[in-house]
Amino acid sequence: MEPSTPEEAEVVLADERDVAVGRRVILGMFGLGIGGVLVGAKVSRGVSKALAPITAADRTGLSDFLPAGGGFRIYTVTGTLPAKSEGAYRLEVSGLVERPMTLTFADLKAMPATSMTKDFQCVTGWRVEDVKWVGVRLWDLLDRAGVKPAAKAVRFTCFDGAYSESLTLEQARRDDVIVAYGMQGGGISKAHGGPVRLYVAPMYGYKSAKWLSGIELTDRVVEGYWERRGYDVDAWIGKSNGRDDEPV
Amino acid sequence: MAATTSLSRPRFDNVTRAVHWANAALFLFLVFTGLVLSFGPLSTAVGRRTLVKDLHVWSGLALPVPLLLGVVGRWGAVLRADLGRLNRWSVSDRRWLRRVFRLRRRRHQPSGKFHPGQKLNAAFVGGSIPVMLLTGSIMRWYEPFPLSWRTGATFVHDWLATALLFVIAGHIVKALVTPGALAPMLRSESHTP
Repeated sequence: MEPSTPEEAEVVLADERDVAVGRRVILGMFGLGIGGVLVGAKVSRGVSKALAPITAADRTGLSDFLPAGGGFRIYTVTGTLPAKSEGAYRLEVSGLVERPMTLTFADLKAMPATSMTKDFQCVTGWRVEDVKWVGVRLWDLLDRAGVKPAAKAVRFTCFDGAYSESLTLEQARRDDVIVAYGMQGGGISKAHGGPVRLYVAPMYGYKSAKWLSGIELTDRVVEGYWERRGYDVDAWIGKSNGRDDEPV
Repeated sequence: MAATTSLSRPRFDNVTRAVHWANAALFLFLVFTGLVLSFGPLSTAVGRRTLVKDLHVWSGLALPVPLLLGVVGRWGAVLRADLGRLNRWSVSDRRWLRRVFRLRRRRHQPSGKFHPGQKLNAAFVGGSIPVMLLTGSIMRWYEPFPLSWRTGATFVHDWLATALLFVIAGHIVKALVTPGALAPMLRSESHTP
């Protein structure tokens, strides 16, 4: 471009040994950015693995600022964090069951509790290690409602009004699939999907539906929210979604 | 008289300062909303995730606007000249950069309007804009893209944002501690080191 003022002319007349480093930095960053989009999924796993021992040993909380650092990230698919008090909470069990029922928070607490300390692994790469979960085994609940022989799958709905999930009946029978009402020694906060959420230990986080309000027995698997948007229905950690994380 | 006039020529003209502060406001707003979206304690304290997300996306889309408006047309001549200066690295500038990379003591002969550190800051922050726009757009309008690209875009966006956080903080600290550095960006003033 022709210099249009003395100011610009002065720059153009600068030393001929000058190099346009600025432009190279900008083009280089753009190239790296595109490369990062294409292979970042792989690199990101490596980085998380490499940082895991550091963030685990970190007592300052500074590693929370790192993208691969510890801690939960709060995802919602709707506008606001849905809120429901323990008193107002209801869980409806319906569909192909002998005894459809609506449970209160107190009903859930009155059932035999099960607790476990297991990792939470998100499909986007972050993992929170050794989370303490307390709740009711999903299968205990389904047993109480009486699953009809025609039922093949379980569909979960949420009081955010948008999210849904699914499990096959076989997956729902596992001991490490719970309807959770406690986390890290306390209740489950609004942000983490309280007062009651699902926790499907062996699968990626999107299966562990937050703000659980409905359990429906169906004759086939109905794809959940993220599964209609390209995520795997059978979301085993390390064996789905093109990822190789360590199983939980 | 002539010498006085030339000395008192402002270091940055009105257009340059307007672009700088519009850019600064957008970057700081993006840093804040970005932290609200990704940093757990802040996410839960602020909430309103969809609103924050929309604000983040729209201010992100607005990010290149001040710079583009500033460089087009006749009013952008001074800014264009400064961008030209920031782009060009003298032999001495490049020696400084090599010493930085080798973690050697940095020596630099002032050789122009900008220090190579300022040139590096400008190139890095400027270069981050298209990358953040691209990866942010993939994250926001994810439907047409394969899953691995979305993860990759998140990875690039998060790490570049983390780097930007430190670079911007460094830029602000440098501006505050270097005598005479901030004043010419605040009002029409020449550089008085």
